[in-house]
Amino acid sequence: MATAGVGGAGAGIRAVRMVSRGAINFTVGLVILAILWAIGGHLIAANPKTANFAGFGLWPTLQAFPELWSMGKLQNATYASGYRLGTGLLIAIAIGIPIGILMGRVSWFRKLTDSPFQFLRMISPLSWMPITVLVFSAWDHSIIFLVAFASVWPVMYQTAAGLAKVDPAWFKVARNLGAKPLQMLTQIILPAISFDIFTGIRLALGVAWVVLVPAELLGVTSGLGYAIKDARETLAYDHLTAMVLTIGIIGYVLDTVCALLIKRFSWHRGDL
Amino acid sequence: MSIRGVSINIQGLGYRYSSRGNPTFSNLRLEARKGEALAIIGRSGCGKSTLLHIIAGLNRPTEGIIEFDGKKVDGPSSRWVMMFQAPHLYPWMKVAQNVGVGLKFARWPEKDKAERVAEALRLVELQDYADVSVQDLSGGQQQRVALARSLVMEPELLLLDEPFSALDAFTRASLQRDVRSIAKRLGFNLIIVTHDIDEAVLMADRAVIMAGSPGKIVTEIEVNLPDPRTRQDAAVQAMRARLMDEFHAAAQVAGTPFTEEAKQEEVIIDA
Repeated sequence: MATAGVGGAGAGIRAVRMVSRGAINFTVGLVILAILWAIGGHLIAANPKTANFAGFGLWPTLQAFPELWSMGKLQNATYASGYRLGTGLLIAIAIGIPIGILMGRVSWFRKLTDSPFQFLRMISPLSWMPITVLVFSAWDHSIIFLVAFASVWPVMYQTAAGLAKVDPAWFKVARNLGAKPLQMLTQIILPAISFDIFTGIRLALGVAWVVLVPAELLGVTSGLGYAIKDARETLAYDHLTAMVLTIGIIGYVLDTVCALLIKRFSWHRGDL
Repeated sequence: MSIRGVSINIQGLGYRYSSRGNPTFSNLRLEARKGEALAIIGRSGCGKSTLLHIIAGLNRPTEGIIEFDGKKVDGPSSRWVMMFQAPHLYPWMKVAQNVGVGLKFARWPEKDKAERVAEALRLVELQDYADVSVQDLSGGQQQRVALARSLVMEPELLLLDEPFSALDAFTRASLQRDVRSIAKRLGFNLIIVTHDIDEAVLMADRAVIMAGSPGKIVTEIEVNLPDPRTRQDAAVQAMRARLMDEFHAAAQVAGTPFTEEAKQEEVIIDA
């Protein structure tokens, strides 16, 4: 017990050191980026030829945030984009996980679907836009479809790859101990591949976020993509950069949440 | 725990992996009394592991029948549980969760399940490890968890497929002794597939020797030795020598005689 106590304290100290080192790296990295941005902004503002674009600088951008907030633009744009991203991603997860499990478990299904899925996966999601606006009555639905279409592949393929790595004896043992098919799914398959599923969702999130903003540049009148376009047309460069910064911050936060979920649900030793 | 054994009756059993392939074995006949411990020994490829999987209901025979207490076996059941060469524990579960997973499948109430799991952990002397991650256990401890996971189901028959071959000699010896002692105390049957002659002598009431391709049961030898058995006992050593002779004679009869080299490779003799 005493050994366990010492081991526990040692592990605690190591964890604190790791967290502090991570916090230092995080802060220093961002400070360097901010300094480079501030220098760039200052050079733009100081040059008479580019002074009209001084809004792109760090300080004008930071000053634009309270203004955008008080106008409600920031909240509305974030909500509209968040709704499209969340819905599209949920659809991708709902479709990707079951199909991924089928691909991982059923050999003929994997072989049958390989070529059509690889073919569809390689088509740029935005190239479906002209077709989706004809198919769906609302622009919102078109964008949700594009997000779902773009993000379903990482979820699907990561789930299938995770299942292919699973020790087949786990299924045999479960069957031997009386597991029914649904119990096999919920208590063996899903926990066994939870790491891969969350990794797939993390990758999907990145893809969805990248697709969402350009999709919102077309047609819709809400969302972060639209807000950028609107700011450009009104020459409000500080608003434009503030929206770009918001996209970066939201993307970073969502990715961090995914990484924490992966860590929380992973049973692999030494992950992350 | 209240466990009782089962009488086993296997008649005309045959198996082939594909319809055009050669049979792995055919027309096997094997019987066992309630509570009896059987060891099936034989060279690699004679079909002994396949036979065990079929008895466990994990594979279907191509011919013949298996009956436990006069009832036909047609699939896996928690009444006959198999332990594999590796523990195959679920790494996302703690020790107690691994042990109780079969009871969870059977939808046991949480309180009853916890009591049964605690009892099974006591049997394998891991009662202090209930909340430990299985990834923190040694190979021997993991195999004990796998044993507890099987015992918690109160099986009538425990099937062991070379379950201790990956363990060090010391751990192997202690598990061989413990499994036999628990089986005898609780009264369930054991069927052990092994190519370790010592394991057969230390754990079984009867040794069944398989040989040939397709495999067949060449001979059966009663291992009438008192418990507890240790490698140093003169009677154990004499029985081992006898089994070795029978094993080599069986290979001759089956048409797959051993070279001196093969004898060294195929049969494990622990000093």
